[in-house]
Amino acid sequence: MKISTLTKAMVSGVALSAMMAGAAFADGALVYDGGGKFDKSFNEAAYNGAERFKAEGGNYQDLEISGDAQREQAVRQFASRGNNPIVLPGFSWETALRAVAPEFPDTSFTIIDTVVDLPNVQSVVFKEQEGSYLVGILAAMQSESGKIGVIPAFNFDLLEAFACGYAQGAKSVNPDIEVFETYVGSGFEAFNDPGKATEVAKSQLDQGVDVVYHVAGGAGAGVLQAAADAGKFGIGVDSNQNHLHPGSVLTSMLKRVDVATYNAMKGVADGTWEPGVITLGLAEEGVGAAFDEHNASLITDEMKAAVEKATADIISGAVVVHDYRTDKACPAL
Amino acid sequence: MNTLPRWADIALLPVLNVVLAFLVGGLIVLAVGQNPLEAVGIMLYGAFGYGSGFGYTLYYTTDFIFAGLAVSLAYHAGLFNIGPEGQAYVGGLGVILIGLALNGTHWAIMFPLMIIVGALFGATWAFVPGYLQAKRGSHIVITTILFNFIATSMMSYIISRQLKPAGVNSDESAPLEAITRVPQLRTFIDLFKNSPVNLTFFLAIAALIFVYWLIWHTKFGYAVRSLGNNPVAAGYAGISNQKLIMIVMAMAGALAAMVAVNNVGGVQGRLILNFVNGAGFVGVAVAFMGRAHPVGVGLSALLFGILYQGGQELAFQMPGITREMIVTIQALVILFTGAMGDMLRAPLARLLTRAGATAGGK
Repeated sequence: MKISTLTKAMVSGVALSAMMAGAAFADGALVYDGGGKFDKSFNEAAYNGAERFKAEGGNYQDLEISGDAQREQAVRQFASRGNNPIVLPGFSWETALRAVAPEFPDTSFTIIDTVVDLPNVQSVVFKEQEGSYLVGILAAMQSESGKIGVIPAFNFDLLEAFACGYAQGAKSVNPDIEVFETYVGSGFEAFNDPGKATEVAKSQLDQGVDVVYHVAGGAGAGVLQAAADAGKFGIGVDSNQNHLHPGSVLTSMLKRVDVATYNAMKGVADGTWEPGVITLGLAEEGVGAAFDEHNASLITDEMKAAVEKATADIISGAVVVHDYRTDKACPAL
Repeated sequence: MNTLPRWADIALLPVLNVVLAFLVGGLIVLAVGQNPLEAVGIMLYGAFGYGSGFGYTLYYTTDFIFAGLAVSLAYHAGLFNIGPEGQAYVGGLGVILIGLALNGTHWAIMFPLMIIVGALFGATWAFVPGYLQAKRGSHIVITTILFNFIATSMMSYIISRQLKPAGVNSDESAPLEAITRVPQLRTFIDLFKNSPVNLTFFLAIAALIFVYWLIWHTKFGYAVRSLGNNPVAAGYAGISNQKLIMIVMAMAGALAAMVAVNNVGGVQGRLILNFVNGAGFVGVAVAFMGRAHPVGVGLSALLFGILYQGGQELAFQMPGITREMIVTIQALVILFTGAMGDMLRAPLARLLTRAGATAGGK
């Protein structure tokens, strides 16, 4: 009796997987990075993009991994089942993608935040420096002390690109402004240390800084909290974090991982998906400064106009924001 | 009397515990609106239904056997080693250092070298708590837990600051060349294609046999068991308890370090941040479920291998079941087989005595 139920269950399991293999054809797939689906930041942005695709009639399956051993396995599972495209947010996917992508030449892969040069891979990277330039302008206009701060998680090229763009934007408004840069920690674990981030932010605020920009993922909550507690201003990153402390978060530097995810899925559905490197900057609306009801009281018309002018100048090429990653140096910091 | 016949103690009771865990797990699956029978079917299909899935099951089993043995061996000496996680992590440093130093050498030479150097690193890491227990009386449970934390921080620093090559984003060491890596079984057996199970699996089987022989068929094993059962008597019989504690802990650390040979030397071919990923802690559950006996450890490691690989399949096939729910089901198995493992003992004993009495009466 027990055995027969078990056999039935097994057969139904096999049948189900066979069925799903057929039904899932041409559905997109999204496999989250280590942080997991609802991290209020990077992965959640990817999820939001996929949900937008679904809301418009598309379909996708997603999966959270529970260890590095599952990376290749997950990518291969989706590819074998026929999901297309397969979106992989985060540079940690690089090794697994390099191993699996050549086995499935007809499947489209999109990786976000790093470049993998393979014929069926689309690599999406962002011009974080351009969006940071805009929030730098807002910071300089808001600051009364003439001192602003930036707090990256640690000394890392990608994060320096944010800080450098921010300093350039601020100095375009006020060439004499002082920009303080302090790190939360010294490695990836700093992204998950809001307590330390609070201390670092407090130290900057004590030195007279009155606007502080965090580039520290999950740890950034501590920076925004410290700024709000001190009656000063914080700036969010990646997702729109204006709602975290309304009236204290001046703005957020948006990095549209959701747009990248949505475009990949939509592109395959429409037949417009193409391999190669895609760089999303201001012109592509891949980065930007967040304006909503939570910071409306802080942003004056003058500030908005300055941001709009800078946006137009960057898109037209009249202003070129230096990218730290090109020469590992920052003229403004 | 509440004593169970031997067969019921080593076979029936663990099986009943697992069944109970699955029943409760099934209720949870039901509560989120999924079909539990279908879920069991998918899990079994994922664990055994196709070659690559079976390969993953054996890969996880390999890790759990080593971690389980590291706990079991120490347990026979009356030491509760909760440190296989850190011991395996530090063992990984030994494996990658020898691997990178002789990168490009054939695996037939490198496999034994990685085992030896990895074991040395793991043994050193476990020796320190052993020393502190033996000479200073610091409780082994506390020190091994704390050494897990020290290992995590130390390895983060070493990987991200020392071993990471320039131009690489992720926190990982440089890779080993293909010829140096422990070969995966798929290169010999086509069935295992795309799965990470490698020659280390046979090392795990050998380790099970070795530990059995060591504990029950050597003078050393006799001393270990004497120490575990009655340290005072062992001391009176002329056994140096202090020395034995340090040796046993070092051996446990060496066993745990074989997890690193499997992952660093075989599967990933490089040292990745947090590659142990909880296998060391699963080892504690495996050892308790397996009653610290190599046969039991082998079987319960297989069960956890099935749960891990089947769980991944479940997350892939049934989007309604999330990663967290699978951890919940795994936790239930640990709860019922470990923490509440003796819950059914008394009722079962009563039942069997009554049945025996009835049968004897006729």
